[in-house]
Amino acid sequence: MKNKKISKSTILNIIIAIVVYAAVMALIKGGFLGRQAMSIIIPCCINVMLAVSLCLLVGFLGELTLGHAGFMSIGAYAGALTTNALDLPPVVELIIGLLVGGIMAALFSFIIGLPVLRLKGDYLAIVTLGFGEIIKSVINSLGVTGGAKGLTGIGAYSNYKNFTFVYIVVLITILVISNLVKSRHGRAICAVRDNYIAAEAVGIKVSKFKTMAFVISGFFAGMAGVFYAHNVGILKPINFDYNKSIEILVMVVLGGMGNIKGAIIAAVILTALPEVLRGAADFRMLLYAVVLIAMMLFNNSKFKLALIEKRNLKKAMSIQKEGE
Amino acid sequence: MSLINNLIEQLINGLRTGSIYALIALGYTMVYGIAKMINFAHGDIIMVGAYALYVFTSLLGLPVPVCIILTIIACAVLGVLVERIAYKPLRNAPSLAVLITAIGVSYFLQNVALLIFKATPIPFGSVIKVPSIKIGGVHISGITIVTFAVTVIAMVILTWFINKTKAGSAMRAVSEDKGAASLMGINVNKTISMTFAIGSALAAVAGILFICQYESLSPTLGALPGIKAFVAAVLGGIGSIPGAMLGGIVLGIIESLSKAYISTQLADAIVFGVLVIVLLVKPSGLLGKMKAEKV
Repeated sequence: MKNKKISKSTILNIIIAIVVYAAVMALIKGGFLGRQAMSIIIPCCINVMLAVSLCLLVGFLGELTLGHAGFMSIGAYAGALTTNALDLPPVVELIIGLLVGGIMAALFSFIIGLPVLRLKGDYLAIVTLGFGEIIKSVINSLGVTGGAKGLTGIGAYSNYKNFTFVYIVVLITILVISNLVKSRHGRAICAVRDNYIAAEAVGIKVSKFKTMAFVISGFFAGMAGVFYAHNVGILKPINFDYNKSIEILVMVVLGGMGNIKGAIIAAVILTALPEVLRGAADFRMLLYAVVLIAMMLFNNSKFKLALIEKRNLKKAMSIQKEGE
Repeated sequence: MSLINNLIEQLINGLRTGSIYALIALGYTMVYGIAKMINFAHGDIIMVGAYALYVFTSLLGLPVPVCIILTIIACAVLGVLVERIAYKPLRNAPSLAVLITAIGVSYFLQNVALLIFKATPIPFGSVIKVPSIKIGGVHISGITIVTFAVTVIAMVILTWFINKTKAGSAMRAVSEDKGAASLMGINVNKTISMTFAIGSALAAVAGILFICQYESLSPTLGALPGIKAFVAAVLGGIGSIPGAMLGGIVLGIIESLSKAYISTQLADAIVFGVLVIVLLVKPSGLLGKMKAEKV
């Protein structure tokens, strides 16, 4: 009974993935999209990767990090420098760049994760924010990265023409993270979130799982950074500031913390919306702020509690009816 | 000799920025002590203070003392409003929710300022006109003297207020134990509002001093000093008022020395590096109390 249900939802997910792919490909090939719409396809994918990887930390590990853009920037720079140095076919270069970017970002998340493990909550948030700023100012002062002027001459390997490749990587990201969350390790991560003292008491190594979540999340953020680098073609440290981290956080919060599907949908909407509503561009950031506050107030309001109770009551009643 | 003079001048610079950090850090520490939350929007209250001063002086043309008082009142009211609207409903919510809300408020204030005043920095002439003095070859600017004086006065008044007055004891009681305090007949909501008002008023003072020193207004001017002041509060031990003062001044000196002798670009990185080291070696800060965690 249970197995059947799981396979049903898996099939549904596969169908959704194929339909989305076919629809986007049809739109690209059929020429239904203007330049504007074409240019947001890959940013949507990049933001989905970022949102899903951050979701692992904020939603499942329950720790707020404000330095996600920092990991993304490490991946972006590492990947771009690698592909600039290589002279191979674009796809091979991109694959190598992706791996290098992802691994570098994972390595840095490991290094940063080690000291940060001793902290939690507010302190952890502020330290990751600090690390984001440190990464930014170090990139700014290095020669290799082009400093504040930016790193140029990056091949446009991940534009909409390469959608298939980017899409596959996005699917892999989603698959890895959603399976991780369902696995034994994922349950351990959730246990750390719900009550770390109890988790420790039943023998879960809190530090190990925190590091693991950090490294995996950093790896995918780094890969997203590599795509970003090869999509825009120029990297500037200022593009990876606090605001970028907040933007990703808004996607996770709007999607419902701890809900990967929600994060994906929110990422796509929040990337597409500013392009659709060009006129209201000035209000975009203001809207983000309002979304953050309103979501938190709503999530903790009596109104929502009442709604949940109502739903639970209905469920209980229907179960009772079935029993009769 | 010139080397020593240079060093002394850098130390004085550090003390000046450090005093501003200390004023801001006091707001963080007081709010943390009482509401057990990091008020991310605190840095943006500084920005609001700076813009309010600009509106009152340059646009409305009011006399300077009136402007300063109005600015402080405006910020205090804003602080209380923010607490009432955004933080009060979340008093029993998980800390992650409160933190995200605070970030939202900070972002909201920045973007409202961005919509009203646009992103281009507005030049602003200092309202503090005190002649500079020279002691034994060391040049001390007027704004530095005023900053010192204001910080010292503010801290003396604050220490007296918290330790000697009835309202101050109420604040200490609430930060110790909210439930017991309310059983003793202390109005917890009023006390928390008062803490936010005082913290925001101090932020307004810091904003005025900050803007008189840098003479340029932008919607994000509060973000970096806000974060650094938070670093100062943690360095001194969050929740401890003397700690905030000490942390602010130590951080100001570290920043000014690393700007002068290491690298301007890396100064911010060094400041955050200090935060990381402090949290690793002594998470409770220099003067903070370590609390054992109960299950």
